[in-house]
Amino acid sequence: MSEHTQNQENYWKANVRLIFGCLIVWALVSYGFGILLRPMLAGIEIGGTDLGFWFAQQGSIISFIILVFFYAWRMNALDKEYGLEE
Amino acid sequence: MSQFTINLLFVGASFALYFGIAIWARAGSTKEFYVAGGGVHPVMNGMATAADWMSAASFISMAGLIAAGGYANSTFLMGWTGGYVLLAMLLAPYLRKFGKFTVPDFIGDRFYSKTARLVAVACLIAASVTYVIGQMTGAGVAFSRFLEVDKDTGLIIAAIVVFFYAVLGGMKGITYTQVAQYCVLIVAYTIPAVFISLQLTDTFIPAIGLFSEHTQSGVPLLQKLDEVVRELGFRDYTADVDNKLNMVLFTLSLMIGTAGLPHVIIRFFTVPKVADARWSAGWALVFIALLYLTAPAVASMARLNLMTTIYPEGPTANAINYDERPDWIQTWEQTGLIQYEDKNGDGRIQFYNDTPAFSDEATARGWAGNELTVNRDILVLANPEIANLPSWVIGLIAAGGLAAALSTAAGLLLAISSAISHDLIKGSINPDITEKGELLAARISMFVAIVVATYLGMNPPGFAAQVVALAFGIAAASIFPALMMGIFSKRVNSKGAILGMLAGLGCTLVYIFTYLGWFFIPGTNTLANTPDNWLFGVSPLSFGAIGAVINFAVAFIVSSMTEDVPQDVQDLVESVRYPKGAGGAVDH
Repeated sequence: MSEHTQNQENYWKANVRLIFGCLIVWALVSYGFGILLRPMLAGIEIGGTDLGFWFAQQGSIISFIILVFFYAWRMNALDKEYGLEE
Repeated sequence: MSQFTINLLFVGASFALYFGIAIWARAGSTKEFYVAGGGVHPVMNGMATAADWMSAASFISMAGLIAAGGYANSTFLMGWTGGYVLLAMLLAPYLRKFGKFTVPDFIGDRFYSKTARLVAVACLIAASVTYVIGQMTGAGVAFSRFLEVDKDTGLIIAAIVVFFYAVLGGMKGITYTQVAQYCVLIVAYTIPAVFISLQLTDTFIPAIGLFSEHTQSGVPLLQKLDEVVRELGFRDYTADVDNKLNMVLFTLSLMIGTAGLPHVIIRFFTVPKVADARWSAGWALVFIALLYLTAPAVASMARLNLMTTIYPEGPTANAINYDERPDWIQTWEQTGLIQYEDKNGDGRIQFYNDTPAFSDEATARGWAGNELTVNRDILVLANPEIANLPSWVIGLIAAGGLAAALSTAAGLLLAISSAISHDLIKGSINPDITEKGELLAARISMFVAIVVATYLGMNPPGFAAQVVALAFGIAAASIFPALMMGIFSKRVNSKGAILGMLAGLGCTLVYIFTYLGWFFIPGTNTLANTPDNWLFGVSPLSFGAIGAVINFAVAFIVSSMTEDVPQDVQDLVESVRYPKGAGGAVDH
């Protein structure tokens, strides 16, 4: 692919924006809720412990799955929208 | 029927299945050998990736680590799953679009340099070999425990099984075998967990049982566990940690390392399309999560079961008599993985946290030191026995543990053999080699890799635990940043990439060796491996993330001072970014 079109550039920018958004959520659920912000969530009780513990042991993993599927769904839609699908 | 016969039956049946698949899925071309012909369904590939990824460490060791460390060891749960988010968004779809066979293929083409390709081959082999030693040792231990042969014989059986289906079937055989192995290992992991969850909480989904009420006492399970361990001087199971910086960096190192491990990355070369690579990462994570959501439940329930076995009347009452100990303690005592010493001579098993803070209370109760040592690695294997489950469950665990170790070993061996036959022989030494010749070279290098791995598994270089840190450190500090910059930057050139990889790798190795001994030779470490000595409290196991940052920084600085990337390479970067125009994984 030698010619570089505006369409491709927009597609790539949309992809990078999407990745950026997803990675913010990725960091928030694991490093945020699971580790650094755990003291702030200490008041919210769940099953004999606090919400931060749940995020560290299960919540982050569930969020990761949702993120990866959301990204796959959005990107596959973007491929079609920009006419760049296989 | 004896336990031995049952184990033999379960393990034998699972092996017969793997052999059958290997014969059915024999690889005929290099494309089938390296990337399974590029036609694996994304769900199927996700399942194979999950088996590839979940090693003896995930199956056997992880729950034990969490049981011992509680909240602090949540790092393994987040770290070993979060990497798939990075993989799905930053690497997998673009490398699939690139459409060649190996990771060094991409690095060599993108950074238009044979040197870059060779550095990548070296990093790949170092990371994979260190990782495979652990798998072979794990398989040897599982064999010796369940089939009652000595460890070396167990290891040789494991090597022959892997040799048969990996050499014959290549990636094609490995992929379909791994699908079967995933089914075996997930069933083996889940069934005992379901039983135990029902016993303790009346909830049959272990992941939910973890946050449910403990039936016997009527308080939440985790609260009960906190109370019991606190009475015995241990840290609360759910207690927060002080050194959060290290916890963050360790998790980050595991995540980046996961995304940079070559045997995981090459799995995404096997699906038909870019869109499939994205879905496939999601499915892999779903199949991994089935085990990873159960693991913390297994950990806390096994810890509670262990405590109530030792203190049947509760932690404030007397411990059980040594003569009345359950059978499973006797079994594991024979292996030396559980040890008992009656320090105060009362014939009971006092199991508590022997620290200065607890010494007053221990003295008041007439205790003269902790009397029981339990190896963390036996937790999952002994779990069915601790909970008094039927003997067929134990046979299932044996087959599951072996499936986990063998599937990962096969994936790693394939990554090593393709790096040698494809990148080293075809890429550098003899580019004119025929497809037949390359296929033969691939099979011979796989054979050599198995022999070396078996030898190292029999004579582990005395640093088996540290090598996993090394593998992740190498993958995080060298491979991941190089791949990511190759896709997301058109400015990073060959000099930047090579110096970046070497700098990231060099700093990480120096930091690890400083604390763990130079080349892991015991006693040669420059500084004692204690938190006081660590730079800013960063442990050597957490340094991979910093190595990655160094790699990125050096690559950008060097590239900005040297030449621009040639136009044809910039076009290559463009082409991997857009799915349109991808073919199958192409020969070249």
